[in-house]
Amino acid sequence: MAQPRVLVIGGGLAGLSATMRLAELGANVDLVSLVPVKRSHSVCAQGGINSVNSLTRQQGDNEWKHFDDTVYGGDFLQHQPPVKEMADWGPRIVDLMDRLGVPFNRTPEGYRDQRRFGGTLFKRTAFAGATTGQQLLYSLDEQVRRWEVDGKVKKWEFWDFLEPVLDDSGRCRGAICQDLVTMQFRAFSADAVIIATGGCGLLYGRSTMSMVCTGSAVSRAYRAGAWYGNGEFIQVHPTAIPGADKLRLMSESARGEGGRVWVPKTPHDPRDPRNIPEAERSYFLEERYPKYGNLVPRDIATREIFDICTNEGLSVEKDRLCVYLDLTHVPRETLDRKLGGILEIYEKFQGVDPRVVPMKIFPAVHYSMGGLWVDYQKSSGGGLVEGSPRNQQTNIPGLYAIGECDYQYHGANRLGANSLLSCIFSGLFCAPGVIAGVDAGGKQAAEESSRLFESRLRREEERHHALLSRTAGDENPYDLHQQLGNLMTRVATVVRRNEQLAAAYAEVCSLEERWGRCAVSDSGNWTNQNVVFTKSLGDMFPLAKLILKGALQRDECRGAHYKPDFAMPGLQATDPAEKRREAEQWCDRFEANTRRWLKSTVAKCGPEGEPEISYEDVDTSLTPPRPRLYGLVGGEMIEEVWNERQKKAAVAGEGQAVGAGQAVGAGQGKQPAYAGSAS
Amino acid sequence: MIKAVESAEHSGGAGQQAVADHGGNGHAAAPRVVRVRILRQDAPGEESYWERFEIPYVENMNVISILQQVAARAKSRDGRRVAPVAWDCNCLEEVCGSCTMLINGRTRMACSALVDKLLEESGDEIELRPMSKFPVVRDLVVDRSRLFRALERVKAWVPVDGSYDHGPGPRISPESQEDAYPLATCISCGCCMEACPQFTKIEVVRREDESAEAFEARKKTAFDAGFVGAHAISQAMLFNGHPTGKMIADERLEALTSQGGIQMCGNAQNCVAVCPKSIPLTRSIARAGRAATVWAIRKIFDR
Ligand SMILES: Cc1cc2nc3c(=O)[nH]c(=O)nc-3n(C[C@H](O)[C@H](O)[C@H](O)COP(=O)(O)OP(=O)(O)OC[C@H]3O[C@@H](n4cnc5c(N)ncnc54)[C@H](O)[C@@H]3O)c2cc1C
Ligand code: SF4
Ligand code: SF4
Ligand code: FES
Repeated sequence: MAQPRVLVIGGGLAGLSATMRLAELGANVDLVSLVPVKRSHSVCAQGGINSVNSLTRQQGDNEWKHFDDTVYGGDFLQHQPPVKEMADWGPRIVDLMDRLGVPFNRTPEGYRDQRRFGGTLFKRTAFAGATTGQQLLYSLDEQVRRWEVDGKVKKWEFWDFLEPVLDDSGRCRGAICQDLVTMQFRAFSADAVIIATGGCGLLYGRSTMSMVCTGSAVSRAYRAGAWYGNGEFIQVHPTAIPGADKLRLMSESARGEGGRVWVPKTPHDPRDPRNIPEAERSYFLEERYPKYGNLVPRDIATREIFDICTNEGLSVEKDRLCVYLDLTHVPRETLDRKLGGILEIYEKFQGVDPRVVPMKIFPAVHYSMGGLWVDYQKSSGGGLVEGSPRNQQTNIPGLYAIGECDYQYHGANRLGANSLLSCIFSGLFCAPGVIAGVDAGGKQAAEESSRLFESRLRREEERHHALLSRTAGDENPYDLHQQLGNLMTRVATVVRRNEQLAAAYAEVCSLEERWGRCAVSDSGNWTNQNVVFTKSLGDMFPLAKLILKGALQRDECRGAHYKPDFAMPGLQATDPAEKRREAEQWCDRFEANTRRWLKSTVAKCGPEGEPEISYEDVDTSLTPPRPRLYGLVGGEMIEEVWNERQKKAAVAGEGQAVGAGQAVGAGQGKQPAYAGSAS
Repeated sequence: MIKAVESAEHSGGAGQQAVADHGGNGHAAAPRVVRVRILRQDAPGEESYWERFEIPYVENMNVISILQQVAARAKSRDGRRVAPVAWDCNCLEEVCGSCTMLINGRTRMACSALVDKLLEESGDEIELRPMSKFPVVRDLVVDRSRLFRALERVKAWVPVDGSYDHGPGPRISPESQEDAYPLATCISCGCCMEACPQFTKIEVVRREDESAEAFEARKKTAFDAGFVGAHAISQAMLFNGHPTGKMIADERLEALTSQGGIQMCGNAQNCVAVCPKSIPLTRSIARAGRAATVWAIRKIFDR
C-alpha cells in the first residue's frame, strides 16, 4: 500500500502526539493549525500529568486505582474501557515524555518528583516547574519539527479548518481549509482526518482558555454530521483572576496554604479591604462549612462563590463579580516559599501585590468534558484493542477526534492533571488504527473526487465572500460575542435552572439570527481577522444550543452539572432509626436516578441546525457506579447502607457464578482479574 | 446546600461616596479614556501610517484589551470608520509567545503590558508598533518563521530512537534540572532578536511566477545566511546539556560555527535585558562560545 496521507487539524498535545506517531508509522501528515503549533493552548497547563509510578505502586497504587479514581471523579459518565486503557498507558507515556527531554522536577537522587492532586490519595502527578503543559508541548513540537525536516510532516500554520469533505457514501475524504494570511482556500485530500482542536471556552466569552479555543472546528464537523457527546458538562474552576480580556487561573494551592475567602457584608463596599473590620466581613465558606472551611471541594467552592455574588448581590465590585481571596495574614516568607510562582502571576497581571492586598477572584469556565462523540473497540481484557480503526473514530468513517475536543475520558467532571494524559494518550493510541482504517480499495475515481473537492471549495468561497460583502448590517460581532458569553455564563455554568435554560435557548436563537445581520468592518482580503472572528462566532451558536438543550433535558445533578431543583439533599433526621430509613430512601433514589440518567447525551445536528438529542448507555462493565458523598450531611449512614447493599448484591452474584456451591473467600471475588496487570 | 444568607444591606453610609478609589492600587485618579497610536501597514511592501484611537479605561487593562476594544469599535479617534487593527495573541498569560510588539518603543509582550504602568512611562498616549526585525504581514502581525527555522538549524531536539516504550529517560540531578528548566521556558517570542544589533531583518518577497515550494526554499536559504539569534544558541546549549541530547552535540556546534552562527554575536547583551522569561541568555552564549572554540580546535586536529 502506498504511504497513507493523514490530515491532522490542531497541534496541541493531542495533535502533535498523533502526528509524531503517524509519521513514525510511515504516514505523511499535513498538520493544520490556527496558530503556530508551539503556541497552542496546551502551553497554559501548569499543574502536571498523572500516572501510576514506581513510588506510588509501592504504596499500594496501581493502574486499576487510577482508572477507578478517574471514573469516580467523573461521576461514572464515561465508558470504562477507554479509561482503563489510558490508565494502563499512563506510566509509559510519562516515561516517553521524560525521554523526549521534558525537564520534570527531580528528587535528590535524580528520579522524577511527583505531587498529589485532587481526587486521589497518591502522589501521581509528575510536573515540570509551574509550566508542565508548555514543557510537554515543546518536546512534542521538537519531535514533529524533526519529522518536518525529514519531509514526513508539512505544517500549515495560520490556517483555519472550514469543513470536512465527505463523499457520497458518507466517508471523510479530506477537508477545506483557509490561509489566514492570504485568505486563499485549499482542498486537502486525505485518507483520514483527525480533529484535535481543543476546548470551546470562548462560548462563555472569557474563560481560562486561550483565544483560539472557540470550538469552531468542532462545530463545523458537527454541522457536517458528526455527533457531539455530553456537551452540557463544562468544568468551572473556583478561583480565577477576573481580567478585562481573560480569566486567569489561580491555583487551588492558594487556599491550601491558608487563603481565606470573604466578601464585605455591605454590597460593593468601596473601602480598601484592609480597612474593613472583621465584624463587617462574611467568611461565607467558613460559616457555611465549618468542617472544611475554605477547602471545600472544587464544585462546592465554585457554587458558593457564584451564589453569593449573583443571588445575594454581595460581589465585591458592582460591575465585575468577584470575592476576596485573602492571604495577607500569612507570613511573607511562607508565601514566597510555597506560592511564589502563582503569586507572581497575580502581581504581573493585576499590578497588585497579593501578599499585601487581598486578591479578587471569581470562578471561571475551565474545561469542556464533552466533545465529538468517538467510538472504541473493547478488548477481552476490559481495555481497548490497539490498532482498531474504531478507536477515536467519530460516527463519520475516516474522521477522528482526539484530545480535549473528544468526549471520551472525563465523564461528568475531569480530575486535575488527567487531561494532559488523555490528550497525549488519545493522540498516540489512535495512530495505528487510523492507518489500519485507510480505505485503500474504495477510493473514488480521481475525477469524481476532484469534482467533490471543487464543489466544496466553491461553497466555502461563496460563504466567505457573502460575509465579506456584508458591510451594511447593524450588528457588531464583538458585542454579540459578549452577549452570548454573558448569557452562557449566567445560565449554563455553576447553577442551572430549567426556566433559565429554556429562556436562554430562545435568546441564543435570536442572537444567532442577529449574527446574520453582522457587518464586517474589514472587507479586505488580506489577514482579515475580523471576518475570521465573525465566522467562528457564527459557529458558536450550534454548540451553545446543544449545551443548553442537553442541560435543560438532564434533570439531575451529576459532576459539573448541578440543578438545585433536582439535588439529592443529605439526611435530616437525628434519630438513628429514622436516619437509617432516610438513608435507605436516599439509596433507592440514587439507584433509580442511575437507571434513568447514567447515559451520555448525544447531540446530532438537525436540518435546521437544531440539536436532536438522544441518550447512549454507558459501559460500566468494569466497576459499578457508586454515590459520591463527600461533604453530604449523613454521608456516613448512606455509605453504610450502600455498602450493605453492595455486599448483598455481590453475595447473590457469587452464588450464581459459583453454582457448584463452592465457598469463595471474602474479597477475592471483588478483585477484578486484570487489576494491577501493568502492561 | 446553598443557604440564603441574610442580606446585609446597610442603608446609606459608606456606600454612597462612590469615589473611583480602588483600594490598594495607589492610583488616585484613574484616566477615563486611554489614547493609543498604532503604526499600521495594510500588507507587505505597502507604506506604513499612524492611526490614533481612544478607548474607555478599565481597571487593570493590558494592551490586549486595548486592541480588543479597537477591533470592536473599528473607529479611529477622529470618528472615521477604519478596518480593525490586526495583531497576534493566544494565551494571554505570557506563555505562548504570540503577542510580541514594540510598546512605547520597547519590545515586549502585549498581554502582560499593563496600561497603568505604560501610562506612567509615557504620559497620555501609548505607542504600538510591529517588531522591526521581522517582515510585517499586516499592522502588528509579523512573520516570525525565521525564528522557527533557526530551531531546525541547531537541531533543537532530543534525537530519540522513536516513541516506543524504552522505560524512563536518563536520571538527572536536581541541579541539572534547575539549570535546564529556565532555558526550556523560551516562548519563541522573538524579543531577544528584536533587541539584538547583530540580528537584521530578512524579507523575502515571492516572485510572481514562483511556486510555493520554490519560494519556501529561497526563504530558507536567505534565513540561513543570517544570524541564528540568541534563542537558538540557548536552545542548542539546552540540548547539548541533556544526556541524550548531547549525542549530537557536534552537529549543533557545527551549525553554531557555520555562517550566521555564534561568531556573529557581538556580546552586546541587549537580548538578556528584554527576555520576558528572564532566560540567562548571556550564560548560554558564553557557554556556546567556549564549546565552539574547543570544537573548532578539535576539528583542526581531527583533520
Ligand atoms: C489554565 C489551564 C490550566 C490547565 N492545567 C492543566 C493541568 O495542570 N493538567 C492537565 O492535565 N490539564 C490541564 N488543563 C487542561 C489542558 O491544558 C487541556 O485540556 C489540553 O491542553 C488540551 O490539549 P489539546 O491538544 O486537546 O488542544 P489545544 O492545546 O487547545 O490545541 C488545539 C489546537 O487546535 C488548533 N485549532 C483550533 N481550532 C482550529 C481551527 N478551526 N482550524 C485549525 N486549527 C484549529 C489550535 O491552533 C491548536 O493548535 C489546563 C487548562 C487550562 C485552561
Ligand atoms: S549578546 Fe549577542 S545575541 Fe545578545 S543581543 Fe548581543 S549580539 Fe545579540
Ligand atoms: S530567549 Fe527569551 S526573548 Fe528570546 S525568544 Fe526565548 S523567551 Fe523570547
Ligand atoms: S498572548 Fe501568549 S504571550 Fe501574550
